[in-house]
Amino acid sequence: MQCSYAATMLDAYLDGELPPDRAVVVQEHLGSCMRCSSEIAEIARMQRSLRNARGHYAPSAEFRRKVQKQISRPKRRSWLIWTMPIGVAFATTILLTAFVWIGNARRSAAFAELADLHVNALSSTNLVDVVSTDRHTVKPWFQGKIPFSFNLPEFNGTQYTLVGGRMVYFHQHPGAQLIVSMNQHKISVLIFQNSVDLGRALTEQTGLDRRTSFGIEAWQSQQLRFVLVSDADPAGIDNLARLLKQVNQ
Amino acid sequence: MDQEFFEMLAMPLFDQLFNLAQWLTGNRTDAEDLVQETYAKALKGFKSFEEGTNVRSWMYKILRNTFLTSRTGLKVQNTVLLEDEFDGLDFAAHNITPELHLLQLENSHSVMNALAELPVPYREMILLSDMEELSYKEIAQVLAVPIGTVMSRLSRGRKMLRQALLAGSPGRSTHAM
Repeated sequence: MQCSYAATMLDAYLDGELPPDRAVVVQEHLGSCMRCSSEIAEIARMQRSLRNARGHYAPSAEFRRKVQKQISRPKRRSWLIWTMPIGVAFATTILLTAFVWIGNARRSAAFAELADLHVNALSSTNLVDVVSTDRHTVKPWFQGKIPFSFNLPEFNGTQYTLVGGRMVYFHQHPGAQLIVSMNQHKISVLIFQNSVDLGRALTEQTGLDRRTSFGIEAWQSQQLRFVLVSDADPAGIDNLARLLKQVNQ
Repeated sequence: MDQEFFEMLAMPLFDQLFNLAQWLTGNRTDAEDLVQETYAKALKGFKSFEEGTNVRSWMYKILRNTFLTSRTGLKVQNTVLLEDEFDGLDFAAHNITPELHLLQLENSHSVMNALAELPVPYREMILLSDMEELSYKEIAQVLAVPIGTVMSRLSRGRKMLRQALLAGSPGRSTHAM
């Protein structure tokens, strides 16, 4: 091999681009030619340094994002990005509405049932099972009938008159229903032992029941739940509630 | 072919393409423009890409062609290449180099500087071969030239680079632009 045309051969040999038969020829030549062997050694040394050109320049993260954004699907992605929160908010709203609505419905159904108890008692031929205006007669009557005890205020000297009492059941719970009259109006005093499901059904409230238009006042005192139901004016109901609260603290 | 597939194939090449782009253009701003345009063109022409062929070579080809039509690239096209007159040239002038000078060949800083000064046709040869380690055949495809041209231009480029380094002036090119 003559050195005059060996230049590209040496590079190709070094790059492993020569077919085997020609590579052998170059290899033999390198063994005998000082100039070519030092030449190829120089190229090899430089080639190693040239690998440092790899990763010499790095793109900025910002530029990468820019190109990435440019080539990624803008429509579908942005559609998702925009609609996801709206969808989530919408679903949450529906759930919350349903939750509140169901809660309200359950509550107002419970108060409607209590109003029924009140109406039932009034329309019944025997309004009360124990007829007495004396709280010391009415209260002992419940002993053994209900699994709890309650206190009654002194009605003498107030606008209220105790008519009597009866036993009722509400959501499978036994309770006491007292009928108190105020002028021509009757007020039902319903007393139950507190429990989780009753607490959920009978939240504390004061005012008119929207479904029945009866005045309602409900509260919790110790382990008892009191509900007053009446067609009397709210102030009259509220006053009775205060009397009951005083003796059942 | 789908956009997501393109993204999956092309994005891993991002760093390599940017590096190559800045070696070609010589500055960051032009490199960013070049890479951005390359990705836009590649996405547009992705239908013409045949699955199973080399994505890297395909992207390099687009980048290189885009570069040639850019401002810097147009200047390069006017450069006169000497490869046809090359074979056999300069060899008589080569002597055994003293070891001290040879160390220049291993000085990464000098080599990088000398490479940046090399005329683009030779620089891109060395980048594709010694940096990206493409085969002669792949380089021939990327540059759309015969393999013989790859061989002579690469050999010439390496020689110019070596001479620039051994002359001790990394910034000096032996080749007139």
